[in-house]
Parts: sequence; structure tokens; C-alpha cells
Amino acid sequence: MAELTINGATINTDASSDTPLLYVLSDELQLQGPRFGCGLAQCGSCSVLIDGIETRACVTPIANLAGKNITTLEGITTYYAAATGQERASSTPLQDALVEEQALQCGYCYNGMIIKGTELLLANPNPSETEIRSAMNGHLCRCGTYPKIISAIQKASQHMLATNNAEPACETLA
Amino acid sequence: MNSLKSRLPIKRRSLLKAGGTLVINFSFHPLVNGQTSNPVAGPPDPEQIDSWIAIHADNTATVFIGFAELGQGCSTALLQVAAEELDLSMAQVNTTGLDTHITPNQGGTYSSSAMRRGGPQVQQAAAEARQALLELAAQQLQVPVASLQVNNGIITSSADNNARISYGDLIGDRQFDLAFTGNAPVKNPAEYKLVATAVPRNDIPLKAAGTYRYIQHLCLPGMLHGRIVRPRGQGAYKDGVKVLSVNEASIASIPDARVIRQNDFVGVVAIREWDAVKAAQQLEVNWELPRSLPGNDNLFRQMENGDTNERVALEEGDVTAFNSAAVRTEFKATGPYQAHVPFAPNCALADVSAESALVMCSTQDVYNTRTSIANLLGMETEQVRVQYHEGAGTFGHSCWDDVAQAVALMSQLAGSPVRVQLMRWDEHGWDTYGPAHIGKAKVSADDNGKLVSYEYEGWQHHWSLIETTEQIAKGIPAAEWPPFPAQQINPLTLGGMYDIPNRYLLNHHVPGLDYLKGAWLRSPVDLSFAFVSEQAIDDLAFQLNMDPWQFRQQNISEYHWLGVLNAAAEAANWQSRPAAVNASTSGIVQGRGIGVGTHLASYGGAVAEIEVNTQTGVVNILHLTGAIDAGLVVNTSNVENQIIGQLVQTASRMLLEEVTFNTTNVTSLDWNSYPILRFEQCPEITPVIVQRLDEAPSGAGEEVMAAAAAAIANAFFDATGKRMTMYPFTPERVLATLSA
Repeated sequence: MAELTINGATINTDASSDTPLLYVLSDELQLQGPRFGCGLAQCGSCSVLIDGIETRACVTPIANLAGKNITTLEGITTYYAAATGQERASSTPLQDALVEEQALQCGYCYNGMIIKGTELLLANPNPSETEIRSAMNGHLCRCGTYPKIISAIQKASQHMLATNNAEPACETLA
Repeated sequence: MNSLKSRLPIKRRSLLKAGGTLVINFSFHPLVNGQTSNPVAGPPDPEQIDSWIAIHADNTATVFIGFAELGQGCSTALLQVAAEELDLSMAQVNTTGLDTHITPNQGGTYSSSAMRRGGPQVQQAAAEARQALLELAAQQLQVPVASLQVNNGIITSSADNNARISYGDLIGDRQFDLAFTGNAPVKNPAEYKLVATAVPRNDIPLKAAGTYRYIQHLCLPGMLHGRIVRPRGQGAYKDGVKVLSVNEASIASIPDARVIRQNDFVGVVAIREWDAVKAAQQLEVNWELPRSLPGNDNLFRQMENGDTNERVALEEGDVTAFNSAAVRTEFKATGPYQAHVPFAPNCALADVSAESALVMCSTQDVYNTRTSIANLLGMETEQVRVQYHEGAGTFGHSCWDDVAQAVALMSQLAGSPVRVQLMRWDEHGWDTYGPAHIGKAKVSADDNGKLVSYEYEGWQHHWSLIETTEQIAKGIPAAEWPPFPAQQINPLTLGGMYDIPNRYLLNHHVPGLDYLKGAWLRSPVDLSFAFVSEQAIDDLAFQLNMDPWQFRQQNISEYHWLGVLNAAAEAANWQSRPAAVNASTSGIVQGRGIGVGTHLASYGGAVAEIEVNTQTGVVNILHLTGAIDAGLVVNTSNVENQIIGQLVQTASRMLLEEVTFNTTNVTSLDWNSYPILRFEQCPEITPVIVQRLDEAPSGAGEEVMAAAAAAIANAFFDATGKRMTMYPFTPERVLATLSA
């Protein structure tokens, strides 16, 4: 029996301790964000945030996760709001930008792109294109949507900077 | 008006007419298609409007579409076509998933066919439904049909300001009961409001939110998790899989896991997915592993020297004109096996009982898969229901049929619903690969740079007809598809764009049973064709000291080809000069190249800018520009994305992708041993659409890849003065070419 903290909720599972986190998320909790892609930590489709660090759930046994905060795509808006001190919205700026850019084709890679992109933008709200490519390099897309995902991350960055810049301006006015 | 209708394949019937007036005979039966919990085995009658469109009481419409959403956005684009003709908004139209009990049989979703074959049928059905609704409205409102207009499904009359009725009021949730004649007039393209615009895709917000249900997310009550067990990496197609022994006790330590076996088909099932994964890895099986593959090292030698079946694909004029032509070139090059490898390995679910079978999978053709499953299970086709559910982008025939058969068989043998998720090594190792190719081009031109002769010989095997599951479970011998042309050398990409008086194309069919399994991979073999052919054409321009764009321009008169060639060159800001004037084999050198090509329809032109590190052999593609003429482009955003995807995938296939195998097995089994392009390697991409509002849609899913492959190869020559004769351009190959 293991106790896991997933998207702020405490979950008990009787899965064996060597079970990779992905199978608990997919099969026991029916979460659709993290998803199977390779089982080898090579592609990024199963990515989650563990204490804020992008991690491959397909090779992470649940035994290692006691006391850690696990965030999946389902919890990303809450996580993003807490990290930025903003009110929770129904989607993050990156998710909005991906839709605006019509950036995906099959979209199966989106979980990893959003998880990794969020990690990047929270650490570096104004990444250069080189920094974006470097940060995202461990996430594959077979459809070839990389150019539009880069554009979407840049667009989300602009949105975040505008939001952040707006706050001090308001305080000054007050 | 040259509308989408011009390619309508539906058989026509004469309408019932009375005194010159169309009589609409509504039966007012409730809807059946997809509206009831117990539908019957399809396909629904394609000659009934009800098989295509249902109007609901809330003034919305369901459009039944026989094409699969493969990530290309066709589920949105086909609704655009329907909404346009029905004068509904996008918010008022919806569709259902492909299902052999619900959706019409429009054939498989391949060869960029969704808009080409599907668009006209959906357009015509919608136009005919609208016509019927207007006739009915005219009767009810007591006004002439000609006085009616429709906006968002609300019908009003210029003859009576108070006359107003909605589609939903007229027929909501009742059947048309009307023959589909194909005779209703369709809109003039000048009136299009939705078609030819960038309507946002319906599925993208759900996919970004993580609420979209892929096949991997589905479950069946009481299902077991299954995995297939095979050698890591396939051997020769004819050998299938041979089990010498299975030690079932080797998984005794895993609770509830058990072996499912029929002849040489081996699988495991367990209640928990991780137990199934572990059992598949832990199960001890002795395989017979014959050394019957040529291996990468001997592949092309064996293909060229073995027995082949010849077919003359095209013969025009007399290619002996080559012998007296002013400028001549002979060029031979090869292309590797490449893999589909969808980003998620294929997954399928089945619930098979004695009476019926439900199979959920990611097939490109639900009706064809239904037949194969029925044969496998020993059932009538009507007992089998196949549903399509989207997985990751497949780009042709990946393992979806094999896994659908495997899960159906395992469910039948286990006596319970089963879900099978292929592992990464299953999908990489047991794919039906895009076949390897050898091409020899012999081309010539006169002093003025006009093409004189074009000869091409190509070697490749056909596609695999028998899936591995049926082969090894039922003992059905491996067999190739019959020799239809799509598997063979392609007269369009092989010089078909040029004005050439003398042309000869010879196909050498290599019998495929001694090789890897094969099937259609996005733009089948066209990258290899163009890699050979367009480098030979480019060499003539080089020998003539002519700019390669200009050389192609003066040899192309067909306006679509000229259109894409010029669109790509202009978008890339092409400056006129002969190739390789600055070429060097030392330091870091840059080059640019141009190419044209396609698949079976539509037209592609591309320009590449690349950088070659002559010390390390690393090639970096800096910028790809690709232009497609696909006739009428219904959704410009979708096609722009299709061009981006094709160009990125072509960069990946030209630089990185090659199936590796020794004499016993495929050895490229994951993303390290079969790498694909990553963010840091991704070129700048410029997509260009040549829009033709007054021409029929001709498909945009694969038609710029051959052109882009050629452009990359020609850019390498421009940079280095050397021609690559094999791809992918690995550092080893590049260094060997530079030092040759």
C-alpha cells in the first residue's frame, strides 16, 4: 500500500511498489494527461511534475514518491496559479497559446509539451528560442509540430510577461 | 462551375418527379443511424440521405463521415463542407466516430483521400438535404422555394416577412427517407463563407485540456490487460514467428498473469497492466531465429541481384535519344527502410463472445479491418463491429491491423474483454515498414537546356498482405499485395512534371517474402524516387551552367507544377545562379536546393537551405519552404499544418531515419536506435498554399515530401559539390561522400 499526493489529493493504492507511476495514474485514477509512449523515458508523453520538476512517470516506481507532490496535466491550472500567485483559470497561458496557434496535429505529445513548457516558463518566463529548443529537446513529436509549439511557448511567454508587468503598474497607480 | 461534385463517385438515381416539381416524401420515422442503442451492422445504404445527415430538433446536424481523424483535422474540414452547403454555423454541426454499425463506407483514409474522396460526397449529401428541407419549408410556409434563404438553419422568405421556420422544426430527429441522387446543385465557390477559411479544429481545445479520449484511454468493463510476446524485432516476412517452447512456469510469480497462445502466437494477460508488462518481459520463450535476412550491409546487393518481376510503367518516344544528346547524366542512389512509429504504439480493445465481436482500434479502414477480424475469428462480418478511435498519428499502415487482430484473438481465447497496448519495441520492431528502394536514372538535355530523354529503373518489394497475427496464429502464409501501381515506381514524381519527349520507366518488383514486412508510409517511396530523379535533373542544370530553378521552369509547362515550383522559389527568395559555385569540402559550408514531386495527385515544390560541417559530417537543415497545390483547400490552417508536418518529417527522414537489421532481426527498437528529429534540429519552416477555389480538392497530406527530399539532396550538392547516393545523411555517410 502506497500513499501518493496527486494534484493536491492524497491517494492510496495497493499497486506493488515497483509499479511505475504512469500505470497508477492511467489505470487506477483514469487520468488522461500522462499517457504511455515508450515506457523508456525517451519521448515525454507520460511527463508529470514531481515537486515542480518534469519527470517521466513511465519509469518512476511509486515506491520513490512518498511525500512528493505530483502534478499531472489535470492539475496544471491549479499548479500554475499557485506558482504565479494568480487566480486559477480554466487553462494556462501555454494551453491557450497552443489552441490559438492550432499547434497540434494528433496531439498525443501535448501532455509532455504542456508539462515541460510550464516547467520552463515558470523557471524562465522570457526564454530565448534557443533556450526553448534546448529545454524541450527531450520531448518528441512524430507529427512535426515543433515550429508551432515554439511559437506557442513564445506567445505564452509574452502573455505571462504582460500579466506580470501589469501588476506592478496597478500597484503604482494605487 | 467546376465544383467538388465533379469527382462524385456515388451512383446516381433519377428523382421521383411529379409535374416537374420535386415531391418530398418524408416518412417521419425516428432516426436510426447512430441514434439508437442497438444499431445493426453496416454499412448504411450510401444511397439514402439519412446515411449521411441527421437534423435534430435543436436545429443542429450530425454528419456521418466515413473518414478517420488521424490528426490531420479532416473531422473539422468535412464538417466545414457540410455546414457550408447546409447554411449552418460550425457550432451547429457535429459528427460521430467511425463505426461499422453507424458510419458510411467511404473507403480507407489513405492517399490523402479524406477531402479528395470524402469532400464531394459530404458536400453533395448536404446540398441535397438542404434542397429537401427547402422544398418542405415551401410547402409548410406556402411560399415559392425560390423565395427562401437560409441562415444558421433558419429559413426565411423574401415573399413573406412573417414566414420563418427552422430545419429542426421541419424534420428534427426524424428521417428524410429520401434517395441520395447526387443531383442537387452545390454552392458556387464565390459564395463560400466557411470553406477555404482557417476554421479552428474542434478537437484541439479538448486535446490541450487533456480531456480528449484517445484509444489508449478507453476501457471495457471487466477487461484484462494484454501484451503480445514476440522476438525483439522481426525477421524475414516469410518466417513470421516460430516458437520452440514456452515455459509458462516462468511467470508463476506474477499473480493472475497467464499465457494466451495459439500456434506461434503468444501473448499474456493480467488484471493489472504492470503485471502484463512484467509477464511479457519475464516469460521464457525459445524462438527459432533463422538467419534469413540480408542485413543492412547486403540489402541492396540482394535486391538488385535477385530474381525480379519487371513491368514497364511508362513508355513514350524513344529513349535511345539519350545517346546523341548534348548533356547526359546517369545517377544511381538508394533509400532505406523507414518506419511509421506513431508517437504512441498502437493499442486496441476487444470483447469477443460466441455471438459477436466488438473491436476498438485505430485502423485507417474500419470495414476492411472488420473483414480481416471476421476471418480470423471464424465469424460472419455482420457479427463483428469495428470502431475507430484516434491514437497517435500513424502516417500510413503502422501496426493497427496487427494489434486489432491480436486483441480480438486474445479476447476470444481468454473469454473476456482484453486491452492490448503494444510496447515501444513491438511497434518499432514489427512495423510494416516503408520499403527500401534502389533507383537508377538516365536523363539528357539539349544544348538549350530542354530535356531530351528520361529513363528510370526502380527496385522495391510490395506491401505485406497478411498480418503477423493471422500468419502465426492460423498458419496463413506470408503474401504480398497484388501488383497494383501505388506500390511501384511513380510516373508522376519520376519526371511526370516535365515536358520530355522520350520517357521509359521500368519497375523491378523484388519478391518481398525474404525481406522485412512492408506497407504504405506517408508518400510511399516518393522520397526515394525524388532523391534519385531530382538529383539527376539537377545535374543536367549544373552541367549546363544553369540556375536549377530556371532549368526546371523552362522544362515545365503544366500550370500546377509551374505554380508550386515558382511559389516555393519565390517564398524562399531564390536568387538565380548555377549550383555549387561556392561549393567546398572544408569547414562549415552552406547550400540551397530546389525540387518538385508529389504522390498520386496534387503538386509539391520545395526549397531547402542546409549547412554541412565537413569535419564532423553533421548536416543541419536551416530552412525548408514547401508549396502544395491541392486544388480547393477547404481549411487553410489544416493544410498549413500538414505542410509543416511534412517538411519536418522529411527533414527527419533525410537526416536520421533508417531501420537497422542484421541477418536475424530488426535492431532499431526505440527512439535511440531509430532516432527522429528533435526540437534543436528542427529547421525554420515556411508553408505555402497554392489555393484553387475552382478546382476539386486533391489531397494535401503527403504531396510536398518528395520535393523536400530532393531539395535537401540538391542543397547538399550546392554546398559541397558532391552528391549523396544514400540517405539518411548520417555523419559517416557524409564524410565518406566528401572524401570520395
